[in-house]
Amino acid sequence: MKSLKTALAALVLAGFALPAAAFEPERAECIAPANPGGGFDLTCRVAQRALEPALPSPMEVTFMPGGIGAVAYAHMNSNRIDDPNVIVALSSGSALNIAQGKFGADFDENDARWLASAGADFGAVIVREDSPYQTLGELMEAAKADPTGIVLGAGGSIGSQDWMKAALLMRTIGVDPRNLRYVAYEGGGASKAALLGGQIDVYTGDVSEMAGELGAGTMRILAVLSEERLPEPFAGFPTAREEGYDVVWTIFRGYYMGQEVSDEAYDWWVARFEELYGDPRFAEIRAEQGLFQFDMAGAEFDAYVKEQVASFRDLAREAGLIQ
Amino acid sequence: MDILAGLAEGFAVALTPLNLGLLIVGCFFGTLVGALPGIGPINGVAILLPLAYSLGLPAESALILLAGVYYGAEYGGRISSILLNVPGDASAVMTTLDGHPMAKNGEAGRALALSALASFVGGTAALVMMTVFAPFLGRVAVGFGPGDYVALMVFAFSCLATLVGSRPLKTIIGVVIGLMLATIGIDSATGVMRFTMGIPNLFDGMEFLIVVIGLFAISEALLLLESWTPVASTIRAQRDNIGERVREIVGYRWTMARSAVIGFFVGVLPGTGASIASAVAYGVEKRMAQGDDAMFGKGDPRGLVAPETANNAAAAGAMVPMLTLGIPGSGTTAILLGALLLFNVTPGPLMFEQRPEVAWGLIASMYMGNIALLVLNLPMVGIFARLLSIDTAYLVPLVVMLTFVGVFSLYGATFDLVLMLILGFSGYVLRKLGFSLAPVILGLVLGALLESNLRRALSISAGDWSILFETPAAIVFWLLAILVATSPLVMRVRRRKAT
Repeated sequence: MKSLKTALAALVLAGFALPAAAFEPERAECIAPANPGGGFDLTCRVAQRALEPALPSPMEVTFMPGGIGAVAYAHMNSNRIDDPNVIVALSSGSALNIAQGKFGADFDENDARWLASAGADFGAVIVREDSPYQTLGELMEAAKADPTGIVLGAGGSIGSQDWMKAALLMRTIGVDPRNLRYVAYEGGGASKAALLGGQIDVYTGDVSEMAGELGAGTMRILAVLSEERLPEPFAGFPTAREEGYDVVWTIFRGYYMGQEVSDEAYDWWVARFEELYGDPRFAEIRAEQGLFQFDMAGAEFDAYVKEQVASFRDLAREAGLIQ
Repeated sequence: MDILAGLAEGFAVALTPLNLGLLIVGCFFGTLVGALPGIGPINGVAILLPLAYSLGLPAESALILLAGVYYGAEYGGRISSILLNVPGDASAVMTTLDGHPMAKNGEAGRALALSALASFVGGTAALVMMTVFAPFLGRVAVGFGPGDYVALMVFAFSCLATLVGSRPLKTIIGVVIGLMLATIGIDSATGVMRFTMGIPNLFDGMEFLIVVIGLFAISEALLLLESWTPVASTIRAQRDNIGERVREIVGYRWTMARSAVIGFFVGVLPGTGASIASAVAYGVEKRMAQGDDAMFGKGDPRGLVAPETANNAAAAGAMVPMLTLGIPGSGTTAILLGALLLFNVTPGPLMFEQRPEVAWGLIASMYMGNIALLVLNLPMVGIFARLLSIDTAYLVPLVVMLTFVGVFSLYGATFDLVLMLILGFSGYVLRKLGFSLAPVILGLVLGALLESNLRRALSISAGDWSILFETPAAIVFWLLAILVATSPLVMRVRRRKAT
């Protein structure tokens, strides 16, 4: 009997002790809202590898393609709304889709807890090696003289990130984005092919996509759309700002959680990412995936994403994409 | 002699015991994945990718494993097409047209053996073309503009007309249904949602595989249930003589040569792929056989050999833009490309210089893979053919179960299962009304490509339609399309004159 009493007492004590014990995810999972191999997959792999020492068991990466994240967003808002173990990869493309109502009429930027960033990529203005334009200035002058004389193309539809880059650039010289000759391809690879094949003159792509092309003598970066010059091997490319065109396009990558996840769990994950930002191992993993430094977690990241969605919404309204 | 030196280096990589073992594992898994309805090469590669990654394999070994799956699936896809009239993946749709009738005529073993040999010939011929012409072809492929694609699609549509048989109107209706399905989803040019009814699962459009599985597998199961005769009584499995098949396949050398070339070149073009290659090859073969084509669609071996040669050739062709330019030519090569990135190999024009062991190792492993697959597949012909002696009572639930698992494994969405069932019942109704289902699938595949490329062409030319007839390639395709579309008429007139 005595042993039973002790056991009971221990149980009661443990019961009281439990809430005090820090949260720890049981089976951590990262949902990549796309097929394997794409950007969302890479984003999840960054978390999987970087967080390995901080998690009791390895993080599982699962895939949920559909509507460039829309299916996963709906899923998180129904089945996993308070699941403390799951994070979902996101990019600025997701924010853009939310802004344009492409995540469904029922959802907006307040239907998730924006967790932390993984890193960022930046827009780039890319031309063929033998293109007549040597600088962004020359290209912009030509566009100003004859807006329909240049064929722009990229891996997204009208209203996508790639289109936005082109539209913002053209806005700086007073050209209405609706007058652009813009060709939508499926993804960056097809756009690069179209650029090489001479079907388009300018590709408004991303810096990291060019890693394999540097020194190959096939394409050139005219300008990068970052705030400041990028680290090597991209340090030689001027920013659009330097050239006098104030356009910055940051493609951030990060994670979100369900909107009803407890503060305790959310804070635990935020703390893990904040630890990572100081870890040189994380910097290495991030660089391997072609991402640049972009550290932001918790309330700051939450505010950033919401602010981005709001500014994307204004842009889309201005371009006549939404009412 | 750079090519030979590179290839030699590649074989040195591919023939290490680890890589050879991985290749055989990949080929076997791929055949299985291809043969199971619902699980195609994309799923197979996607399933193994995380595994390969967590095993910590070196880049070339991982890629060899994944390429084995990719390749094996093209071999495996034919098995269920022939035996069950259910394509194992989208590129095996054409194989059902003559493959299944052969099985029904009691020639399942012959069809399986012939198609394995044709796959081997197509794959190997395409590899040789790839080894020799890859760098050159990569450049040609990117020069192929939207206007050229439009002309190619029109040509493919005109080849479709050869499928018509005795019911031209029904084929056209089938194609139109496919075209209508192709319009569902977010419009790739403007980002506007079309016919999605606010359902997020439809935003990306109709998934080919779900349409294929729904239309073919579910409707086939329903038909089997309806007839309720044990399959064993209608289809007799028999032992087959491999030596005789090898002699027979030599007789189809010109069919295979034409189909391999068509398959390879269609495969090289980014965005087209094996389903279109096999449709074009089938159409061309039927045209070539004019006057002697009565058996097409009823179990003509040429109608089986042509698409099987072409889809394997296309699978190899699709690797060309990926390896030379870092541009994926198909859904599966896009995943392979992602795998490269994951293993820190930057795909692109410099890959052959920077990581020759990966690039050439992969090519050499594909040669080995073809041999391994032939060796794996021929002895299994008898075993597979015996599947047909399974009683309907067991076969139908088995097929239905596999389709559910396959479709669910795609995205893990119950919505897809409902969609598959709706399509399945529609397919059943269509078949009862005497429609053939292949035109629906091809309408879907071709329609999406035709539309996006037509709109690209017109946004490049600012609305000027002459862009569609600007290049030599486009003009050649238009002429071929006219030739193929009018040849039945011409033949009829000639025959009338002759009599």
